[in-house]
Amino acid sequence: MDFSPNPDHEAIVEAVDAVCGRFDDSYWSTCDQNHEFPWEFYRRMADGGWVGIAIAAEYGGGGQGIAEAALVLNRVAASGAAMNGSTALHLTMFGLNPVVKFGNDQLKEAFLPRAATGELHVAFGVTEPDAGTDTSRIATRATEDGNGGWVINGRKIWTSKALESEVCLLLARTDGEPGSFDGLTLFLVDLDPQHCDIAAIPKVGRNAVASCEVAYDDLPVEGWRMVGDRGQGFRHILHGLNPERILLAAMACGIGEAALRRATTYATEREVFDRPIGANQAISHPLARAHMELHAAATMWRLAAWRYDNDMECGEHANTAKYLAAEASYFAADQAVQTHGGLGYATEYHVERYWREARLQRIAPVSQEMTLNYIAQRVLGLPRSY
Amino acid sequence: MNIVVCVKQIPDPADPGALDPETKTLKRDVKLILDESDSYGVEMALQLAGDEGTVSLVSMAPNSEVGGLRTALAMGAESAVLVSDDALKGSDALTTAKVLAAAIAKSSPDLVIAATESSDGYTGTVPEQIAALMDLPSVTFAKEIALDGGTAKVKRQTESGYDSVECPLPCLVSVTAGVVEPRYPSFKGIMAAKAKPVEEVTVADLGLDAGSVGWAGAGQEIVSIEDAPAREAGEVIEDEGDAHERIVAFLDELKVL
Repeated sequence: MDFSPNPDHEAIVEAVDAVCGRFDDSYWSTCDQNHEFPWEFYRRMADGGWVGIAIAAEYGGGGQGIAEAALVLNRVAASGAAMNGSTALHLTMFGLNPVVKFGNDQLKEAFLPRAATGELHVAFGVTEPDAGTDTSRIATRATEDGNGGWVINGRKIWTSKALESEVCLLLARTDGEPGSFDGLTLFLVDLDPQHCDIAAIPKVGRNAVASCEVAYDDLPVEGWRMVGDRGQGFRHILHGLNPERILLAAMACGIGEAALRRATTYATEREVFDRPIGANQAISHPLARAHMELHAAATMWRLAAWRYDNDMECGEHANTAKYLAAEASYFAADQAVQTHGGLGYATEYHVERYWREARLQRIAPVSQEMTLNYIAQRVLGLPRSY
Repeated sequence: MNIVVCVKQIPDPADPGALDPETKTLKRDVKLILDESDSYGVEMALQLAGDEGTVSLVSMAPNSEVGGLRTALAMGAESAVLVSDDALKGSDALTTAKVLAAAIAKSSPDLVIAATESSDGYTGTVPEQIAALMDLPSVTFAKEIALDGGTAKVKRQTESGYDSVECPLPCLVSVTAGVVEPRYPSFKGIMAAKAKPVEEVTVADLGLDAGSVGWAGAGQEIVSIEDAPAREAGEVIEDEGDAHERIVAFLDELKVL
């Protein structure tokens, strides 16, 4: 077992912290309140090569693995940028993974170099109003146009960054009927406003990055934009689920770290009854617990990332990391609000923003309950419950 | 254009530093980072060098420390010389200047850039001592530098504005913080920095006598160290209709207006 410091990782942390240091809590609070995408932050991160860090060097990226991508997103979230900052980046950082793994050369050459520079914004369209956790219910349909291309019709929800994105990795049904995983095919489509009606979904937090409902109306797609094999789209997407969970775990831990930092500072400075409130164990013990739980979750996402980067099975580890990180992050954020008392509910102290954003990880990209199902069934060998 | 930048690697100011009660100096056996005040000099040098010039670094640090140098190399400097030698422990400002001057002289630069002072020692004397030892003209407190043939045109920060001065090259210029916005190391810069040459040299390599540096060569002695006095309570101004005047008078007294 080797836990010795990694100089490259230390350099990444130092450099990303320096960039994020320019964008304080007020910046993120303003972006959140005004529902504004954090363009200035995004450009700084793209210029530094951080958005393209996990894209292969042959396409102009940094050629690093999930461990490094997760580290970048962890530091972004921990800076106080939370989900508003980290999810502004992560789809371009890793959303094109199915293209990397299964895409044809034309797709790779057309899009990966632009993703590496951060110029290309990518959205991910899988979930539908009637197809959430049960992806087999997907009904958005791609039909052949007779000239080697496709025409897409249907409706997707929770497509993050659809408003900012040029392209969307879209799962559509080319064959069969809803209820089957076969017949789903992946496309990298243009979000052409002539054929795509995009509307942001009002939601409780992470308001700098909109999640959208997208209606596809006769969207034409050229044949070469199919990613991988016809009918294999669901299996292609499965490949990206573990890395996605690892990234989300790292981001969740970052939010927890930010919340804990503010909570400990406040507990040290705030005096009631002539002493700092942090001297009370009712305040200090939950914060100590939050620290330990975050640390445990961080160890798990690092292990999961290491296994993924070394081509080892990591489903159990990635799911465990995401579960633990979501719980630890939410506990830390909730405790940060509690530590601040009434002021924790005020936007001025920012912990309410962390709290709203930490809540998301317990639902997305997969609910905690479905994660438990995975562990119960796949790891413990228990009967399937659904 | 061959530019050398003096960079100091210091204990991270974000971590509380500690003084060694025996030597009465700052403990430096921790991880060292690039002094932020030197990042302005590195940025200025990179801008002045452009695509055709070269920027190299000179630093003196214990324990072969290169963490801060790697940061400056990641910003874009091409190479570095690190002077690291146990004999240097206890060096005072003048000794430091002698060592740095000897290291700088190896590359015969057109321009030497330094910060006005370090963020840990704050003596603010080393740049001018280097210039004197190398017999170079020096300009202090530069807020802007332009190179014109064999001349450096410098806007020199003063209390009331700035002086425009010209100085023949080669020369040494010390730059103030905030003159330029230092670039952040990019990911590719960090990776490239790993392969950039850092030449580590000893006192003997520079042709200096070990007895003339460190504790042995120090011309100054720190006789005692004391904790800084606790910050006094500020003045509370109750507004009785004249608060603005009293605030202006207070600021005027501090000479910040």
